[in-house]
Amino acid sequence: MSAISIKELKYTWPGSDEPTLDMPSLEVEQGGSVFLQGASGSGKSTLLGLLAGTLTAQSGSLKILGTEIASLSARQRDRFRAEHIGIVFQQFNLIPFLTVSGNLRLASRFANKSRLDTESRAKKLMESLRLDGSILERRADQLSVGQQQRVAIARAFINEPEILFADEPTSALDTEARDFFMRLLMSVREMTDCTMIFASHDSSLASYFETKIEITEINRVANKVTSDV
Amino acid sequence: MFEVALSSLWSRRGSVMLTLASLTISMAIVIGVEHVRAQAENSFVRTVSGVDLLVGARTSQINLLLYSVFRIGNATNNIQWQSYQDINARPEVAWSIPFSLGDSHRGYRVLGTSNDHFEYFQYGDSEPLRFSEGEQFSHPLHAVVGSEVAQALQYEVAQEIIVAHGIGSTSFVNHDNLPFTIAGVLAPTGTPVDRTIHVTLEGIEAIHLGYQNGIQVAALAPTADDPILAELQPTQITALLLGLESPMAVFGLQRAINNYPSEPLTAILPAVALGELWQIIGTLENLLSVISILVLTASLLGLSTMLLSSLRERRRELALYRAVGARPSFILWLIELEAFAMTAVAAILGYLVVVAGITLTQGWLSESFALVIDTFPSTPGIWAYMAGAIVAAVVLTLIPATLAYYRSLGHALQSL
Repeated sequence: MSAISIKELKYTWPGSDEPTLDMPSLEVEQGGSVFLQGASGSGKSTLLGLLAGTLTAQSGSLKILGTEIASLSARQRDRFRAEHIGIVFQQFNLIPFLTVSGNLRLASRFANKSRLDTESRAKKLMESLRLDGSILERRADQLSVGQQQRVAIARAFINEPEILFADEPTSALDTEARDFFMRLLMSVREMTDCTMIFASHDSSLASYFETKIEITEINRVANKVTSDV
Repeated sequence: MFEVALSSLWSRRGSVMLTLASLTISMAIVIGVEHVRAQAENSFVRTVSGVDLLVGARTSQINLLLYSVFRIGNATNNIQWQSYQDINARPEVAWSIPFSLGDSHRGYRVLGTSNDHFEYFQYGDSEPLRFSEGEQFSHPLHAVVGSEVAQALQYEVAQEIIVAHGIGSTSFVNHDNLPFTIAGVLAPTGTPVDRTIHVTLEGIEAIHLGYQNGIQVAALAPTADDPILAELQPTQITALLLGLESPMAVFGLQRAINNYPSEPLTAILPAVALGELWQIIGTLENLLSVISILVLTASLLGLSTMLLSSLRERRRELALYRAVGARPSFILWLIELEAFAMTAVAAILGYLVVVAGITLTQGWLSESFALVIDTFPSTPGIWAYMAGAIVAAVVLTLIPATLAYYRSLGHALQSL
């Protein structure tokens, strides 16, 4: 069973005539790691929204872990996202006024995980991410950007998801912090055997991944845009 | 969700505190106005009870009520003693209390009456007058003072007081040769009785004995042990309170008194007159209530505006809840919960502001306006206003909350 399976997926933003995304096919094996390269505006964010289930495509098929996302109700999609998908953004990954542990608890709450399990997992993740345990009780907006991005990894993995989406998670970091972040991310991924889609415009990061895909190769719209240019 | 909502409010404490202050002030106004209104109506309606008919010289019923019961203003005319005797002799009459008004003592009204006043007069829920000290009249020159008079002027039983002719605290002529002795002090009632000095009808006659054409003639004034006192006979009274054998007789007797042949009299039903008077005052009270509700509405709209404008700065925060698996309804309820928490806190703070305000001004209010107000507002109306404000806040917050809800439906995760 594929982790992600896309066939003839089309998405048009409301009010727009042209589709933003027109994807004939994409298959990602379970446990695979994919580097998705593309400039901003190439449909990356739209693809992420579709994969996370906050957007629904007008046509085509999108299966995640064998489940047809379009067949789920809105409530089921939100629950599916909470339980099976972890997400790391470029920045603003944490609720600024909550503590680190508050942020982790919030994420596990939507997946209906028990508080005790969450706490023990949070401690383990803090260790793996080389974060001091005392950081748990600090407010998210008091952390450095590097610390915040590492806590974001912890947040993404707190519900033991099968799939991790990372959207430009390193672009706010300097080179040194970036490499540190990548090593930690890959080590946590290996421990959990999680499927990972990593979107970035920085091709130097591609070496961390098994597969590298140009978004222009899989999105007909992006292809057209770039060929127009 | 509670933790998130409270932390979120705390993180925006600047605008939250200002909105909270505005809500607290308007809640305090609404609670305060409602409390004073209820208390005023209560003490107003409690002034007199169990009196079937109130009789005076021909006048309007509100005027008669004002000067006889509330001791505001003056009588236009008097009732002849003979008329009083005639009415009192009628079979329907169970008891009667004569009132003779027109004199004062250091700013307090002096009421000439009989011992029947202490026996039959009732206020509130048919509560009789009680003596906190001493007893009723047993001599023509005895006086019984209300609780407030006793407290303000520090009067005690057996003390002698001088009663002035006319009304006003500075009178040109005092009858210092005719001192009254305080026979009793009444327990507090929360009615005009507390501010009244009661003397005998004979005593009222006595202090006017020394007058000829309104001028005091020393030679004619009696002294305390003058034998003439025993023979004094009142010639006029100002008003008459009647209790009847059967309430069925009220209208018949009222008509008979209104058609009394010897002089023009008016008989009124105190409850009806109180209701009519309260309607006049009530218009003003209603206006105050309406204004206070409008102030509260403005504050609630301010709350809704604050939450609406906060949506912009919270775009990423709200998107993040969705990204970690929150349903759109979580966002709706989060914003509603914030509005609920703020309004509930404002209601409690507003209540405390009113309690503090009453505590601080209680002494002054009772001294200056004889207004005795309970410290803790607890009428159903106040709870209804507090609950109503919270419901209104939740309803008005539906505007920003549903907007955030719909924005969160289809988005690409990073911001709403």
